[in-house]
Amino acid sequence: MKITKILAGSIFLLLGLNAMSQGSISGNMESTFQYLNTDEKIDAVQPDEKALINSYINVNYRNSGFKAGMRLEAYMPSILGYPDRFDGSGLGYRYVGYENDLVDITVGNFYDQFGSGLIFRSYEDRALGFDNMMNGISLKIRPYKGVTIKTVYGRQRFSFMEGRNIYSAGIVRGADIEVNFNEWFPILSKNNIRITGGGSLVSKYQKDDNTQFVLPENTGSYGGRLELAYKKFFINGEYIIKEQDPSQDNGYIYNYGKGILINAGYSQKGLGIVLSAKSIDNMSFRSDRDAALQDLTIGFIPPLTKTHTYNLAATLYPYASQPNGEVAFQADVIYKVKRGTFLGGKYGTDVSLNFSTAFEPLKETSNINPMDSTRVTYESKLFNKSDLLYWRDFNVSIKRKVHRDWTIKASYFNIAMNNDVLKLAQEKGIIESHIGVLDVQYKINRRNTIRAEIQGLWTVDNKDRGSWATAVVEYTISPDWFFSVVFQSNYGNPVEEEQINYPMVFVGRIWGATRFQIGYGRQNEGLFCVGGICRFVPASNGLTLSFTHSF
Amino acid sequence: MKKLSILIASTFLFITANSYAQQEGTNNMEKTIPEMQLKNTVGETINTAQLENDGKPIIISFWATWCTPCKKELNAIHDLYIDWQDETGVRLVAISIDDQRTVSRVVPYIDSKAWEYEVLLDPNGDFKRAMGVNNVPHTFLIDGNGNIVYSHNNYAPGDEYELYDHVLELIEKKD
Repeated sequence: MKITKILAGSIFLLLGLNAMSQGSISGNMESTFQYLNTDEKIDAVQPDEKALINSYINVNYRNSGFKAGMRLEAYMPSILGYPDRFDGSGLGYRYVGYENDLVDITVGNFYDQFGSGLIFRSYEDRALGFDNMMNGISLKIRPYKGVTIKTVYGRQRFSFMEGRNIYSAGIVRGADIEVNFNEWFPILSKNNIRITGGGSLVSKYQKDDNTQFVLPENTGSYGGRLELAYKKFFINGEYIIKEQDPSQDNGYIYNYGKGILINAGYSQKGLGIVLSAKSIDNMSFRSDRDAALQDLTIGFIPPLTKTHTYNLAATLYPYASQPNGEVAFQADVIYKVKRGTFLGGKYGTDVSLNFSTAFEPLKETSNINPMDSTRVTYESKLFNKSDLLYWRDFNVSIKRKVHRDWTIKASYFNIAMNNDVLKLAQEKGIIESHIGVLDVQYKINRRNTIRAEIQGLWTVDNKDRGSWATAVVEYTISPDWFFSVVFQSNYGNPVEEEQINYPMVFVGRIWGATRFQIGYGRQNEGLFCVGGICRFVPASNGLTLSFTHSF
Repeated sequence: MKKLSILIASTFLFITANSYAQQEGTNNMEKTIPEMQLKNTVGETINTAQLENDGKPIIISFWATWCTPCKKELNAIHDLYIDWQDETGVRLVAISIDDQRTVSRVVPYIDSKAWEYEVLLDPNGDFKRAMGVNNVPHTFLIDGNGNIVYSHNNYAPGDEYELYDHVLELIEKKD
């Protein structure tokens, strides 16, 4: 019996492998290693293991419609600031599927997004330790030209313990339809009009295990979206309603949630304008009602702020979306002053302007009897905001190539953030800061380039940790080397002992799709943010090696 | 559990051995572009496996509006693109990995820079994952038969010349 089994198994394997010798394999690997020292000045403590490492390898296989893949992960133990629920090594992601022009089916782990993601988005951001992948089944159908139907069913990944995925208590299931009307009515395209519409329905199930309240076990959420474009104008929006979803996030209230997201834009050669608005009320939607922080989110609420890249503008006072409620606006303008004009200079000048702001939504309680049994605790209207500021950011940046080899970019940021809401620092109320950056690049020749940055940050009334400065010098030899020195200083800290300097050096070598980087020095504690989610990384002192390779 | 790991390990060993063996003769295990349905900037669905350029090379470049080196790379290529196209007929497809936070800035950005590239949107990183991209910028060169022949992660000023040398190499090989 056993022999037959093995025989059958190996024949199957052999057949499979024979087929597999055609098709394509792609993937990547990534390793980050840290050796940390104790540094009392910044409260950095050497971990017991002294060294930390995160490693991943992804393998995807495809052959005439068939697809399969997996990711092995190892945390021995996980690097500094990574969520502490990741340890061991094992299979973190695997799937098998089939795809043709009509259907796309995946069983196992998968990522997907409906519309803007406000109702459903499962994605990974490995640098942040964020991964709410689904484990279940996904089926997509394209039954008719211009129509895409997606269905998903599964549990979301919560953590990775002792080398195994731990999934959410609740089940997520959903369906989405999207229609590109231009495929139905060619006359639209002829008149430079584009219309796309869609609708989604997502529901979660979680057993009611609460003794205090009668909790809804099934929570539905639904909504629609529309995009219209005429020539170079576009406007798109999505509106989502969520049914009663008492959770730890909203304090177990029985209000419905709602969220709307609108973008409008215009562009032509040399000019781009985007205006955005967002109103969110009680839209924390997770596959476990007790989950917190960045765990088990079903929907994704994008922050309406520009993603800054200069270290002082990006890491000290960033904004994160407020799922319980916020009203936010953003305006963004990119303009190129023509070359050959007085303001444009020989090569033209790039100007970019950005303004974003967020407020507390107004919650009406006058018609509400707080003692009744509905636990609907307030009424609210879309875009009805109070005067309480959460966030404001005005920034401008001007870039000009002043000579064949010299490029200069100057930026200014004015950021005000309400620390009572965002809780990023040990300070009450609004922290307002002015940030200036000068970035100069000199191309020595075709292969060698040197770039320097000088950044300053000053908080109004010297609040929080006061003034900062950062200097960066970067030297690159195309296509394979880079060297960089970063010096950051909290020179204006109101507490004299905390006026700390943070020097860092980096060296990197690139071989095509392989990259190796060494960093050594003292790193300031800070928020490491990508796509609106932030991870707090404690201060550290030591060596970091990182290796990435794609194949 | 132990059996399973042995199975997985032996499968991979076998595949690897197989792919090495095949490099001797006809290479069936070629690296091609994975098939995926992505939208372009006007909402049309494009099948990535069907990207083609009449037998001439294609450059696929992953970028995002928040990625300064990516924009530097694509703007540097933009200045040379007319010459590149005249000389080799190469075509560049830029894959934006901007998610919902910044995706609405993509079209205004490319229009304001007057890029001639075809731009596809990968807001949830599906194509990025399928192509094995760790981080952006990551640029691939595809030959006329759809095989990936070169890729480079990172951008430093001057990398565009290295990339173009590889494009020229492909053209010469063909002749």
